[in-house]
Amino acid sequence: MAYAKRFDGRKFDELRPITAKVGIIPRADGSAMFQIGKTTAYAAVYGPRDLHPKFMQNPQTGILRCNYNMMPFSGHGERVRPGGSRRSKEINMVMEKALIPVLDLKDYPNSVVDVFVELPQTDAGTRCAGITAAAMALADAGLEMKDLVAAVAVGKVGDKVVSDLIYDEEAYEEEGGATDIPVAVLPRTGEITLLQLDGGISPSDLKKALELAQVKCREIYEIQKKALKQKFVVKA
Amino acid sequence: MSEALLIKDKEIAVPGEIIAQGMGFVPNKGVFRDGDVLVASKLGMVSVEGKVVKLIPLSGKYIPKAEDKIICQMTDVLLTGWRVDTNSPYSAVLNLKDATNEFVARGADLTQYFALGDWIVCKVTNVTSQKLVDISTRGPGLHKLQGGRMVEVNAYKVPRIIGKDASMISLIKNATGCEIIVGQNGLVWLHGAPSQELIAAEAIKKIEAEAHLPGLTDRMVDFLKQKTGKTPTMNEQHQTTEGSES
Amino acid sequence: MNNEQKKHLITYLANGTRYDGRGLLEWRPIHVETGVSQSAEGSARVRVGKTDIMAGVKLALEKPYGDTPDQGNLMVNAELYPLSSPKFETGPPGEQAIELARVIDRGIREAKTIDVKKLCLKSGEKVWSVSVDIVTLNDDGDLMDAGALAALAALQAARFPGVKEGIVDYGERTSTPIPIDMHPVTVTVYLIDKYFVVDPLPEEEEAADARLTIAVDEHGMVRALQKGGAEKLTIDQIDKMVGIAVKKAPELRKLIK
Repeated sequence: MAYAKRFDGRKFDELRPITAKVGIIPRADGSAMFQIGKTTAYAAVYGPRDLHPKFMQNPQTGILRCNYNMMPFSGHGERVRPGGSRRSKEINMVMEKALIPVLDLKDYPNSVVDVFVELPQTDAGTRCAGITAAAMALADAGLEMKDLVAAVAVGKVGDKVVSDLIYDEEAYEEEGGATDIPVAVLPRTGEITLLQLDGGISPSDLKKALELAQVKCREIYEIQKKALKQKFVVKA
Repeated sequence: MSEALLIKDKEIAVPGEIIAQGMGFVPNKGVFRDGDVLVASKLGMVSVEGKVVKLIPLSGKYIPKAEDKIICQMTDVLLTGWRVDTNSPYSAVLNLKDATNEFVARGADLTQYFALGDWIVCKVTNVTSQKLVDISTRGPGLHKLQGGRMVEVNAYKVPRIIGKDASMISLIKNATGCEIIVGQNGLVWLHGAPSQELIAAEAIKKIEAEAHLPGLTDRMVDFLKQKTGKTPTMNEQHQTTEGSES
Repeated sequence: MNNEQKKHLITYLANGTRYDGRGLLEWRPIHVETGVSQSAEGSARVRVGKTDIMAGVKLALEKPYGDTPDQGNLMVNAELYPLSSPKFETGPPGEQAIELARVIDRGIREAKTIDVKKLCLKSGEKVWSVSVDIVTLNDDGDLMDAGALAALAALQAARFPGVKEGIVDYGERTSTPIPIDMHPVTVTVYLIDKYFVVDPLPEEEEAADARLTIAVDEHGMVRALQKGGAEKLTIDQIDKMVGIAVKKAPELRKLIK
C-alpha cells in the first residue's frame, strides 16, 4: 500500500505550523526562537568576543562556533542524558558549515562568534530548526551577512516526496521506508549549504526533493524576515 | 531597465533582502550590489540620500576605533600598565605613561592609581589591524569614575542618547541633576541621588528602545516632565563630559 | 565591583529602593507557564523579570534501590546553559549548577513533596523514577528561587505516560498526576551591608556579603537551608532572614496553585 495520506493530515509538500520570534534572550547579543510543529529551537549569539583557548584564534578572521543541545526532557522517548554526544558534535559541525558561507567575520580577527542552540521539545527536523533560528539570531546580533539561511528536511516517505518530516514518518518502514534529507538554503540565490541524507532515493527523486526544499526554505525565509522586522515595531 | 526602490527610506531591511533594483543606485555601508540589484548585508534601517543607499545598523557589538571616548573597567594589573575591558570583543591596554605624568618608580604598586574593578572614562588612542587597542586617561574629561552605577545600552544608539550637540543628554542631566557620562561603547555612567538616577536610567532605556522612531525629543521632554514634575530645559552651553557625536 | 560601586548600591538600599526601583523585599513580576515542552511528561517556564528558566520532568520505570525496595526515585539536575549568559560555559555542570540542583533537590525531598511510596509498581522490581531537569534561558539574577518554582510547577503539571506490558509508552499520556503532598518554595535572602533583599539583580548578587536560601513548606516549616557568600551571619540575622522567607513564601506558592 502506498503512503496515501500523511500521519498528521498535511499535504505532501506542506510545512507544519511555524512561529518565529526574535530577541527572546535579553542577555545575548542576538537571539531567536523558531518553532515548526512540535520542534522548538532557541538560538542565542554571543560575540564577536574574545576567543579562548588562544591556539584556536585566527589572526585573519573571526571564527564561528556552534553548539547544539537537546534539553534533557526534549526527546521523543526517554530522558536524554546531558552532555555532548557524537551526534551533537557532528551537528555542531554541519551547522557551522551551513551558516558560515553567508557570514563575513574578517573585521573581527582572533575573535569568536558563539551560537548556542537549545531545544525544549522535538519532533524531527531539529538541526534544520536550529539553523533557521541561528540565522535569525546572527542577523539580530547585527553581523554582516550576505543572506539569511533557512533550513528544512525533505525526503521520501514510501513512494512520496515530502517536506518537513515528523518522527513517525522517519520511522516509516513500508515500501522502502523513509529517506530524510536535511537541507539548508540561501533564500536569495537558492544555493545549498547543508545537505545530508539517510535512506534510499533515486537521483531523479533527489532532484525533485531538493527543488521542493528550495521552495519551502523561501517560505520559511518570509517568516524569518517578518520576525526580524517585528522586533522593531514598538508598541505605542 | 526599470529602476525601483523596493524598501523605502527609514524602513527595516534584513540580510539578503533586495532593497533596490537598477544600475542607477549606489550601494554604501551595509549594502552590496549583485547584478542589477542592491542587497542588504545586515539588519538595519534603510537610508536613501539621492541615489546612495545605505543601512543604519540597529544592533551589534561596539568595535573600538581611535578617538572614541569610552568607559572601561580594569581587569588586570600588568608590569607597566593595566588590562581593561572595553565592552567590545577586544580588551585594551592602558600604559602607565598614558595614565599619569607622575614619575613612577620601578616595581611601584600600580593599584594606587587604578585598582581591579575600577571604572574609567578614557580615549581610544590606537587600534591596530589585529585589533590591539591602546587607550589613554590623559586629557580633558578623562578620569577614574568614583562610585556611581552603570547602565548598558546598544552602542549604536549612543548618538541618539547624546543628541545633537549633546542636547538630549543635557536634557536628562538638567531634569535629574545627575552626573552622566556616555561612552561610545554603550556604557553610561550615572551619579546622583537614587530617585533621580532611576529617572535618568529609565529615560536612557526609553531612548534606546525608541531611537529609530520620529519625535523622540518631544517624547523625552514629556517623559521627564511627568517624572520630575517640572519642564526640563535644554542646556545651550557645550558640555565636555560626554562622548562626542559619531 | 569595587568598594565605591558597592557603597553606591547600598545608598539605594538605605533609601529603601534598588537599581530597578523596587522595594527591598519586593519581587519582580513573575510569570509561570506550564506545558512548555510537549516532549516532557511535565514542564514549566518561570520568568522573574528578565530571568527565564525552564524545568522538565521525565518519568521512567526502573528497578528500586536495594535499601528502599518500595519507593520511587527522585533526581534533580540543573544546567546553566551558555545560551543564557556570557558567564556560563559549555561542559559538565560547574559548582553553581550543582549547588542549584542540590538545594532544590533537598527542598523537594525533605518537604516530602512527592509520596515516593505511591511510585512503586512492584516492590523490589519496578518503581517510577522522576527526573527533574532545570535549565536556564536567560540569567538576570535569582536563578535559585526561580528554578525551584519551575521545578515544582513542572512536577505539578506532570502526567504519567502509558505502560504496556511493563514498558513505558511515551506516545500515550494518562490523566494521572504525580502524587504531590507538599508545596515547598525557596526564598533566597541576600545580606548586603546591613540590608536584606530578595530576588536580587546580578549587581546585587555580586555585591552581596552573604545569602541564605530557605525552602519553606505550606505549614511554614523550614525544609532546607543553604548559606552562601563569603561573609558570616549571626543567629539574629539568620532568624530575620528565615522570618522574611516564611512571610514571602506564600506569595510564590500562590503563583503555582
